[in-house]
Amino acid sequence: MSPADLAVATSGLTKRFGTRAAVDGIDLAVPTGAVYGFLGPNGSGKTTTIRMLLGLIEPTAGSRTLLGQPMPAGAGETLPRVGSLVEGPAFHPYLSGRANLARLDAADRYADPWSARSRIDAALERVGLLAAAGKKYRAYSLGMRQRLAIGASLLMPRDLLVLDEPTNGLDPQGTREVRSLVGSLAADGATVLVSSHLLTEVEQVCTHLGVMSDGHLVAQGTVAEIRSGAVATIRLQTGELDAAATVLTGLGVTNVQRVGLEVHGLPGDLEPERIVAALVGAGVGVRGFVVDAPSLEDLFVTMTGEGFDVSG
Amino acid sequence: MSVAEKGVEQGEVGTRHTGSTATRPRAVSTRLLRSELGLIMGRRRNQMGMLVLAALPVVLAVAVKLTAPNREGHDAGDFLVQATANGLFVPLAALTLEMTLFLPMAIAMLSGDAIAGEANLGTLRYLLTVPVNRTRLLAVKYASLVIGALIGVTIVTVVGAVVGIALFGAGPMLTLSGVQIGVWSAVGRVALVALYCAAGIAALGAVGLFVSTLTEQPMAATVTVMIVTIVSWILLGVNQLAFLHPWLIVDHWMSFSDLFREPPLWSNLLQGLGQDLAYAVVFWLAAWARFTSKDITS
Ligand SMILES: Nc1ncnc2c1ncn2[C@@H]1O[C@H](COP(=O)(O)OP(=O)(O)OP(=O)(O)O)[C@@H](O)[C@H]1O
Ligand SMILES: [Mg+2]
Repeated sequence: MSPADLAVATSGLTKRFGTRAAVDGIDLAVPTGAVYGFLGPNGSGKTTTIRMLLGLIEPTAGSRTLLGQPMPAGAGETLPRVGSLVEGPAFHPYLSGRANLARLDAADRYADPWSARSRIDAALERVGLLAAAGKKYRAYSLGMRQRLAIGASLLMPRDLLVLDEPTNGLDPQGTREVRSLVGSLAADGATVLVSSHLLTEVEQVCTHLGVMSDGHLVAQGTVAEIRSGAVATIRLQTGELDAAATVLTGLGVTNVQRVGLEVHGLPGDLEPERIVAALVGAGVGVRGFVVDAPSLEDLFVTMTGEGFDVSG
Repeated sequence: MSVAEKGVEQGEVGTRHTGSTATRPRAVSTRLLRSELGLIMGRRRNQMGMLVLAALPVVLAVAVKLTAPNREGHDAGDFLVQATANGLFVPLAALTLEMTLFLPMAIAMLSGDAIAGEANLGTLRYLLTVPVNRTRLLAVKYASLVIGALIGVTIVTVVGAVVGIALFGAGPMLTLSGVQIGVWSAVGRVALVALYCAAGIAALGAVGLFVSTLTEQPMAATVTVMIVTIVSWILLGVNQLAFLHPWLIVDHWMSFSDLFREPPLWSNLLQGLGQDLAYAVVFWLAAWARFTSKDITS
């Protein structure tokens, strides 16, 4: 894919804090029009990457382009077309939700002051905050704050939205709304990069996935491409373990192992029907036969590690 | 809703740019500066601060009114004593007092909020991704500090003048050189004093802006600026350190009394303005160098 088709592209993007690399040479490729799920466990470097994309921090090494423009040189022209949410909401506590949006709108030299009111109301409406718009921000609940931050990213028409954990703190209803919001933004033609540590939250809306683990981009591609990386295993229950193992190996099944009263193996491209037919043909009694195709979730856990502790 | 606003269609939200119409920024916009001033003036703490600034001249004038003053045995430079003769000396006495602590404190708080406060809230990252160019943000922040300095000094001066004139009346003023000047000339000189004091506070604001780029704790920035001010005053009081005095920001802050000589003694005032300007330029540039290369991790 040529760089011109990429809404976000990075090359060898690296950020070190002290000696530790928070982001280690990642090559992000977010195609224009994609909904890109940027996944990774806590501390894997998602927010750090997003901060570099938006020009908030300078990479230690590597380069990045946003909407075809190198950052941070192109920030003045590019960022007005980018709506963003970085590491949660942040607003002035003693201003109302509406006044906070008005302040951000006032800061935008591309924003037309005459339409500010209607644009702010439309943004509030879109995140379901219109009724609470007059409340002081400090009186907002976590979910309301999150909604306001998403609303702020929608004040102007955008070509790209960079949303760092937009569903954090939202109730299930709110989570669904954000998902449908992301869908509708994409339908309008915007590219969306949405980070999350929950695959299930973004899986349904994403066309592409990128998986971070400990500062590395361990997988990237369309959802189908990622899924094809899932390796199925077969589990066979039989009385004749040795004979079964021989038949399986003969068929080309790899990693054949006896596990208790079962034989396990990796079938690769072999169809299950052929395997069972071959077993029966060789006179091996088949009591049970299961093909385990790991879910995307399992795959995600495999890629990012099982442990609970963050790497640090 | 204004007439112009009615003609505007409902803004489209969240969709793509369709043409090049919306892609040209306004070359000059005062919206951010106005928003900044609204933020400063709307904050309860700052409103309380302005009340404190305004209260001091009132307290001074009333105290002078109540204690039957004895003009004998006082230094001619003591504005307070002169106040009984002319209410226009009240704002001068008030500025003399407030320039030592309250006005520096006010600008220290505002400058703490300027960058460190926004970093602390996290709003800084959202301003920068709007985007607001970092140099522009510093310029707007400093402009709002200068305006804040003007507002603070104006409050002290105007409240002092109003209360002073109400209690003691106004008239031709006896200058420190013993020559009388007309009342309008006196008013004009009080206004010049206010501008001169505002310049000093604005210069301190540049120091505050720089400190504000160094930390994410607004209180730390405020305290640092106060320490700078207090230490400067202390050093200024030590005659053995006279060689150091021209380098102190407060060196000529009290020289405004030279405006009440006839004719005014300009040399110290001009030197004072030069020092203010030097401080403002050096620290603004330092703030710029720091802020434009800083990683915003808050
Ligand atoms: N300002 C900083 N100074 C030092 N280390 C930092 C800083 N910011 C982030 N890090 C480190 O960089 C690593 C990546 O952090 P980052 O915030 O990018 O993770 P994340 O993927 O966004 O995690 P989460 O899902 O918890 O938001 C972490 O180990 C973190 O400790
Ligand atoms: Mg994060």
